[in-house]
Amino acid sequence: MSARRQIVILGGGTGGTMTANRLRRRFDEDEAEIHVVDRDDRHVYQPGLLFVPFGLADIDEIVRPRRRQLRRGIDFHESEVESVSLDRETVLLADGSVLPYDALVVATGARLQPEETDGLTGPGWNERVFTFYTPEGAEALARALERFDRGRLVVNLVDMPIKCPVAPLELAFLADWYLRELGVRSSVEIVYSTPLDAAFTKPVASKHLAGLLAAKEIELVTEFNAGEVDGIGGKLVSFDGRELDFDLLVTVPAHGGAAYVERSPELGDALGFVPTDRQTLQTRARPNVFALGDATDLPTSKAGSVTHFEGEVLTENVARYLTREPLVAGYDGHANCFIETGFEKALLIDFNYDTEPLPGRFPTAAGPLPLLRESRLNHMAKLLFQWVYWHALLPGRDLPGLGPAMPAAGKRHEPAPRVKEGRP
Amino acid sequence: MTTIGIETSVDRDAEGFLTDPAQWNEQIAEEIARESGIPELTERHWLVVRFMRDRFLTTGSAPSIRALGKESGVPVKELYALFPKGPAKLAARIGGIPKPRGCI
Repeated sequence: MSARRQIVILGGGTGGTMTANRLRRRFDEDEAEIHVVDRDDRHVYQPGLLFVPFGLADIDEIVRPRRRQLRRGIDFHESEVESVSLDRETVLLADGSVLPYDALVVATGARLQPEETDGLTGPGWNERVFTFYTPEGAEALARALERFDRGRLVVNLVDMPIKCPVAPLELAFLADWYLRELGVRSSVEIVYSTPLDAAFTKPVASKHLAGLLAAKEIELVTEFNAGEVDGIGGKLVSFDGRELDFDLLVTVPAHGGAAYVERSPELGDALGFVPTDRQTLQTRARPNVFALGDATDLPTSKAGSVTHFEGEVLTENVARYLTREPLVAGYDGHANCFIETGFEKALLIDFNYDTEPLPGRFPTAAGPLPLLRESRLNHMAKLLFQWVYWHALLPGRDLPGLGPAMPAAGKRHEPAPRVKEGRP
Repeated sequence: MTTIGIETSVDRDAEGFLTDPAQWNEQIAEEIARESGIPELTERHWLVVRFMRDRFLTTGSAPSIRALGKESGVPVKELYALFPKGPAKLAARIGGIPKPRGCI
């Protein structure tokens, strides 16, 4: 390349960090400048938030400085983004500085919008109404659970899409385990309420997960669209007038894209997510704007694994765009999630745009992991993953046996077997 | 596949959604509304139904309830009053477009 290119990456989370590191290795410093913008210097390993309410992880174990995850030769700007001008090809930062770009990567994830639900952040918020999707919320919930020995625990997700759609289910499974360990499970009712018409978004996995809920004596309430929270009276009310009483409510608020997306003409949709080509990860806004991770409108899970698989394709396409080569339609919607089910066990699901999560075995470099079945091995793999995240995924190293495309081998396309009773 | 018996018969799936949006007209909309427990479509109903249908025909997918509330000018609470139980599903059925794709 002749002139030095400007690559601006908005967001220093999973997608932004790995993209910056991969692009830094790809281009010499005299070929491209790389800028990363984030509003703070706290990189949260978000899967770890699930464990905090149960005393299985501390916040300081799952938060590291964003800057330190970036390779040398990457400029980090700690500032809110004010807006993007697609026409001028510039990003305006809240501190007033302007970053021009040849290629822009939107990796600012999703934003929690508890204020969209009436009463959610009113009286009772962080006292008997909690979310575990923030470090502060997860810590407050931990303190409340320590004291919770009788009553009704309602786990709720307000509306899709949310980050890590399996996380509220995992929270319910772990709460069942935690309360049994404390010997108070028999005096606690657990209810799982969802706006979906089943336990999960995909049919075969839903059947397995509904079986697990039943085995763990967790009541499943479907098609419940939460419209209002009464934190004093302990009532969750749906838009169609149904009520769920609670003593403790753990909710996952509605999500939208980052606020600056709404301030940037033509960039996002009504919820602030960025319309993106599902295979190339080029946005529909402009050819020189790309997006990955929770920030996009793609019909796949908002999850770290998705961001990771997208990242390899996105890096390739940003490089190809800058060197005027045709883009690769390389992303297949691949997602891969461990579902913690308590008692040191976990399930694994693996799917893409076209193949729903199926039972069978998932091939890895270290041997196969069982799919859609509880196992201790999956739990160990989930715990081990935090190390992999900081030391291999964020630095942008290729993980052996874990490429972007979904492996078809090992999956059973037969009708799902009945779920066996989980151990109490 | 079922049909409803009005002047033109239309193809519908097991849940009553038209399989071909081009077969839709306002009379069909009124008939589907009646069988879904909405005796009469008011101006507000039509605003939502038309918005859903236009959006589907121009973008290939229908908006979720939240996006519908933000963009149609009809607040979510009112959407539930107009189309009890599931506003997005019901408005899509009345508007002759496929069932909104579930999120992932």
